[in-house]
Amino acid sequence: MSVRAERLVIYVILVMFCVAVLLPFVSILTVALQAPGSTVTGLALPDELHFDNFRRAWTVGGFGSLMASSAIVAVVVVPTATALSILAGYAFGTMRFRGSTGLFYLLLIGLVMPFEATVVPLYYDLRALHLTDTYWALILPQIGLSVAFGTFWMRAFFLSSPKSLLEAAQLDGASTWTALWRILLPTARPAVTTLATLFFLWSWNEFLLALVLIQDPDRRTAPAGLGLFVGERTVDVAGLSAGALIITLPVIVVYLFLQRGFIRGMLEGSVKG
Amino acid sequence: MRRRQRIAYLYLLPGFLVYLAFVLVPLAHTVELSFFEWDGISVGTWVGLDNYRRLLGDGTVLSSFAHAGVFLVFTSIVPVMLGLVLAAALSRHRLRGLAVFRTVLFLPQVIAMVVVGVAWRWMYTDDGVVNQLLHAVGLGSVSRAWLGDFTWALPAVGLVGTWVMYGLCMVLFLAGVQKIDTSLYEVARIDGAGPIREFLHVTLPGLRQEIAVALTITTIAALRNFDLVYVTTNGGPGNATTVPAVEIYRLGFREGDVGLACAVAVVLTLLIFTVVFTITRLAREER
Repeated sequence: MSVRAERLVIYVILVMFCVAVLLPFVSILTVALQAPGSTVTGLALPDELHFDNFRRAWTVGGFGSLMASSAIVAVVVVPTATALSILAGYAFGTMRFRGSTGLFYLLLIGLVMPFEATVVPLYYDLRALHLTDTYWALILPQIGLSVAFGTFWMRAFFLSSPKSLLEAAQLDGASTWTALWRILLPTARPAVTTLATLFFLWSWNEFLLALVLIQDPDRRTAPAGLGLFVGERTVDVAGLSAGALIITLPVIVVYLFLQRGFIRGMLEGSVKG
Repeated sequence: MRRRQRIAYLYLLPGFLVYLAFVLVPLAHTVELSFFEWDGISVGTWVGLDNYRRLLGDGTVLSSFAHAGVFLVFTSIVPVMLGLVLAAALSRHRLRGLAVFRTVLFLPQVIAMVVVGVAWRWMYTDDGVVNQLLHAVGLGSVSRAWLGDFTWALPAVGLVGTWVMYGLCMVLFLAGVQKIDTSLYEVARIDGAGPIREFLHVTLPGLRQEIAVALTITTIAALRNFDLVYVTTNGGPGNATTVPAVEIYRLGFREGDVGLACAVAVVLTLLIFTVVFTITRLAREER
């Protein structure tokens, strides 16, 4: 086979895999755009675009208030977890202190451990503290687990940043605090943006904790609402699809805006780590 | 120096406090609860290793671990293989326009698994896209309601795992393969290496780090899998698709068998740690 033909085959294969990625989303999009009440099948283009299902999901299905809860949780989790990760990663990456190896290994547990391992005691302990059915029940564990990865991530960044930068700052008599915020952090923008994006995605998409720890519909997050919606109204496929697309929209927007740096950051970061 | 040490601890303190209180302490509490018989309401009683003994005798729980093995194949092994095949095909070429493919292929990584589950439930229904496609290629006779089928529900959900992960593996390996020094391929070709030897001796060693990363990410996702199964089948029909995480949820919050739920959680966590540790070790040794 000539190089040209070979290349063409590879492109065709890549396109097919991309189509396969998009197919399920196109399928629920066509369903959500149908007129309410019409019988629908997997992939049927609607005659005209109806946005009634989206309107219904927003008001009747309550996806508006579900999204608000998700937003509140994310707005607290993302900046807090990012700040704490920067601080801890700075210590690991630039300072020597006793117990650093031990503490680092302790941190690795959180890198691998999923919420599935701790959700049972989290529920019973937070209930005893009257924290279930509050946003804190989601915010605090999410920050805790995010910080493990974030510290690891920022440590890698600070280890790879030029030593001369920090030494120059110290010679100038800058405190560690000034050196961090004035000198090192301005160079860390790509790493911090990727980290914050990841934290946002994890927080926005988190399902198990939200399902277990929040029973109050007013504080329920979007994924949990969608998950319960599946159980309750399996018949209303159009409304369900509209809801699924509504809660995906913020993620898609963030992804499309930041994806170049995001994918590169993730690939480089994960391969380095 | 002493002062600098103290400063380091100050920087660590806030992050570690939250991590300790909401990750490590609950994890220790999971281990502790796994030695108790407790319904979540009354006072628990210490039962030693009894929950672990019950775990080994519980058909549903055991099958959930077997299903986790099936998910491991679908979510980890198959995507890595697909990615490697593509990387091998691509290794001889420098393609343009990869950025667009990358953006699309990576998409399942950023979307909530609950949303993925909702979309695939619809794909697999009686008149969903999967059956439409089967009819279109003349395989209408095998069409069925996939997620309600005792035999086919597990591979059907497993394939969703493949769908979620193949893009990640491809993007990882494509990025990796473009970094391999092209002169290595030239040397191999001068030595008369065919495509297969070239793959085994140049591409595969060059991608070792990327393979380790892909295996780690996909394995953790495969073993912890809760969202996808909960939304698509909730473990059904019967127990045909249940996984350890769904069992933890069912035992801990539906059946008030907190001790057994925690025992399952401990075993699952140990399993994940062991697999990840092994992958990391192997990746390092071969270096």
